[in-house]
Amino acid sequence: MSTTQKPDGDVRTADPAQDRTEEGLGAAGAQLSTQPVDSLSQLPAMGVLGWLRWMWRQLTSMRVALILLFLLSLAAIPGSLIPQRSDALKVAAFTKAHPDISPLYERLGMFHVYSSPWFSAIYILLFVSLSGCIIPRTWQFVGQLRARPPAAPRNLTRLPAYSTWRTDASPEQVAEAARTALRGRRFRTGVTGTSVAGEKGYLRETGNLIFHLALFGLLIGFALTSLEKAEGGKLIVEGDGFTNNLTQYDDFSGGTLYGAGDLKPFGFTLNNFDQQYSTSGPEKGTALKFQANISYWNGTEGKPVKGSVSVNHPLNIGGEKVYLISHGYAPVVTVRDGQGNVAYQGPVPFLPQDTNLTSTGVVKVPDAIGKNGKPDQLAFKGYFTPTGDTTKGPFSTFPELVSPMLWLNAYHGDLGLDSGFAQNVYQLDATHMKQYQLNTGTGVNGVVLKPGASFDLPDGNGSLTFDGVKTWASFSISHQSGNVLALVSGFCAIIGLMGSLFIQRRRIWVRADRAADGSTLVELGGLGRSESARIADELGDLAMQLQPDAPALPDAPGPPDTLAEPGDPGAPGAPDDPAAPADPAAPQDSEAPTHQTDDEGARA
Amino acid sequence: MNLAAAVNENFANYSNYLIRSAMFVYALAFLAHLAEWVFGGRSKVAVQSAALLTEAAEQDAAAGTAPVTVQVTRRDGGTTTIERPTVVTRASASDRGIADGPGAAGSSEKGDLYGRIAISFTALAWVLHVAGVVFRAASVGRAPWGNMYEFSTTFGAVAVGVYLLLLALKKDVRWIGLFLTTTVLLDLGLALSVLYTSSEQLVPALHSYWLWIHVSCAIISGAIFYLAAVGTLLYLFRDHYELALTAGRAQDNRWGDIMRRLPAAASLDKFAYRMNALVFPLWTFTIIAGAIWAQAAWGHYWEWDPKETWSFITWVAYAGYLHARATAGWKGRKAAYLALIAFACFLFNYYGVNIFVTGKHSYAGV
Ligand code: HEM
Repeated sequence: MSTTQKPDGDVRTADPAQDRTEEGLGAAGAQLSTQPVDSLSQLPAMGVLGWLRWMWRQLTSMRVALILLFLLSLAAIPGSLIPQRSDALKVAAFTKAHPDISPLYERLGMFHVYSSPWFSAIYILLFVSLSGCIIPRTWQFVGQLRARPPAAPRNLTRLPAYSTWRTDASPEQVAEAARTALRGRRFRTGVTGTSVAGEKGYLRETGNLIFHLALFGLLIGFALTSLEKAEGGKLIVEGDGFTNNLTQYDDFSGGTLYGAGDLKPFGFTLNNFDQQYSTSGPEKGTALKFQANISYWNGTEGKPVKGSVSVNHPLNIGGEKVYLISHGYAPVVTVRDGQGNVAYQGPVPFLPQDTNLTSTGVVKVPDAIGKNGKPDQLAFKGYFTPTGDTTKGPFSTFPELVSPMLWLNAYHGDLGLDSGFAQNVYQLDATHMKQYQLNTGTGVNGVVLKPGASFDLPDGNGSLTFDGVKTWASFSISHQSGNVLALVSGFCAIIGLMGSLFIQRRRIWVRADRAADGSTLVELGGLGRSESARIADELGDLAMQLQPDAPALPDAPGPPDTLAEPGDPGAPGAPDDPAAPADPAAPQDSEAPTHQTDDEGARA
Repeated sequence: MNLAAAVNENFANYSNYLIRSAMFVYALAFLAHLAEWVFGGRSKVAVQSAALLTEAAEQDAAAGTAPVTVQVTRRDGGTTTIERPTVVTRASASDRGIADGPGAAGSSEKGDLYGRIAISFTALAWVLHVAGVVFRAASVGRAPWGNMYEFSTTFGAVAVGVYLLLLALKKDVRWIGLFLTTTVLLDLGLALSVLYTSSEQLVPALHSYWLWIHVSCAIISGAIFYLAAVGTLLYLFRDHYELALTAGRAQDNRWGDIMRRLPAAASLDKFAYRMNALVFPLWTFTIIAGAIWAQAAWGHYWEWDPKETWSFITWVAYAGYLHARATAGWKGRKAAYLALIAFACFLFNYYGVNIFVTGKHSYAGV
């Protein structure tokens, strides 16, 4: 690795690959990219400040950026394989199944990888590194935009692409023609004497900066989203409504900056739930359409408006989004207690278990009075099948209401509602309850009801009537911000990337000098990024374009035979890209005499 | 069963026949490519020593600097024939000055003939393959990307399509042929035997135009990443071979004979880089499109669902690769390893996550 002395007195080690083409080019070759040079091999200066500076340099070096990127992808892996806290049920199941490793996982934050300290540390370091890299680069680049392209290096033959010829035109004429030609090719030009410097492809650097800055935008968008995210779920039976306040939610989780007090006043009622399935063919039973038709109002005094929510099509009410999450059936039942009074009446949502909507649920009747006049709570637990078959057991064969059936067991005793613990309405805690022996004549301790049917509990302890079926839909109501920022940043990132990856930044120099014999020696040199193979084509085209103004003399000296330095084995003068010949664009004329560079003397 | 359903089932059957026929023709292409390599290996040049390589390179270099004559209009109105000035290019740092190999066929005319036959077969197989995908789409009445079977068949079609496109653009990519036909056969075989799902409708969550956008971008990205990965892998082999050559260790065995016919390491490296750089923005877009879709379908644009996570990992890995290319000390082999790791992440995201990890990206039947 060689070192170059920069004007500011800062010794840096340069990229050895870049070095080869740029050695001896001085300012001309510098900063074709503003990629900062790595300074890892340098020993830190003494003192605290020196160390701090050294550490900062380390952190903002490309190598550390690379390591951090690698760590980031590595660190993201466990979260994809171990259940995460956002899915509490899975975490619970995992903890139960792996009791030995779970405490360790818990301590390492494996159940919430993406908010764990170590994951955060990696991306925060990465972004610190990015800012330490991007901000100086931006200034550097602004400086370059203001400046003219650097003057031609002493020796143009050292450049990756080089061309030369002699002409009768004066150096001034050639320089002027070159400047016009470069301008015409949308190069930025600078003239020193009779040499012209041109540079093009600044958008590459711009794109690169935009891309990296957009990453900050994405991060901020992410942060805003997670700080302000609030989300609640609500299951609504057909005909019922919802108003947006905390008491109405089945569950609610607020963000750091957005709590229950920030909820906006709106509401909606579920008019009906529209579902369609294919009824024949191999895809029988596959859902074709789910749509919740609702009436909603915005604000405390808003008028109800009709609308619909379906999968992939959330409804936006005053900036809050309402998503359709799931749907199912709610059998409507009437329960009478031992006294003959209606102890419960209404729909009871059952939860679907399969694609044919076989559903499970519980009817809890806390306010029942027994035959003997004492409180005796009742519960009914079982299945609902939209298309049932009594001979096949409680399995639905089609998701629509073709022959709805309710399959129930009955219990009485203590529902345990007073225990102080919140209870899941869809599950029955039967520890303090006794199951009724139902005499159904089928030998099975349960009943199967069709709509309109009812059955009596033993000993006159009450009855249950299956009145009908309603549909229900559950919604997620969420408040989000930062989405727009993240989206805009995402698209900026793509645009920036395209600029950064597809645009070639390159420099071309044209020098015209009076030769000893009075003719003018024209030299063209081109320097591009290592990935660019087109620079030779471009140089050739430019040379052609200059011919009318600077026609080549027939005895033009060829290019120096050997360009490679003795100590430079890597550059034996082979074409940069064998797939791209130097001049495919040039019209060829095989009739006209051509000559090799080395038999020049003979022709002249 | 109504008429429409019957028609659909017919279409699904046509699709299966077409895919099977395509596999048969791909197998012929594969054999023809094998023949190409075998005949190329017996060609005279193969016997000659590695020293010739450098000679060839010099000849190439001379060809590159030969001036070309051009008609130009002079200012006085007359025309003269002048020579286009020579442009001399210096080798880039990664270039050892070793020329590209002659290709699988070497100098054998028979080998070359077989190579051409292989390409014709590939083109024919591709037409059948695409027709199979189209009939599948017709049978389900939607984009044919609802499950892994459909994803795999389309993926293969796009990879071969890109290869044929590059050939049509006169790019020197015939060296991929053998590897591509092999993997496409594997891909289709796996799709038909393990991943096969009969035509079925999509769950409503997949009813969205984002399916078209997001999934088609994912497939195209994957296909091109795949071609790049083949290039990278061959680069590593060829680089190894060239290192041995420049160190003076002759490789006069079968392996050396195969390597000799591949493009130069620098060309393979450049090919792989170009492919990767070309699709990286598309892959970025794929992820963003997925996030937009997730926002619409689930209410969250990013939830670290396993599929999202692995897409992210893949993306960061490719970003690392692109960085590595721009950084001192990480060019060449090290960057190539990164590219392979990144592609492995892509593959895992595709097969591994679908099969081993459960998430919200539920494809109807693996
Ligand atoms: C946050 C994570 C980052 C991502 C995803 C990322 C991604 C990328 C990508 C994809 C490129 C390729 C564009 C090209 O080749 O021109 C690139 C280029 C670049 N990145 Fe980053 N980057 C990140 C962080 C950083 C950091 C921390 C630094 C500085 C320490 C940095 C400095 C650079 C530079 C200098 C280039 C341009 C290289 C060149 O001129 O070719 N990046 N980055």
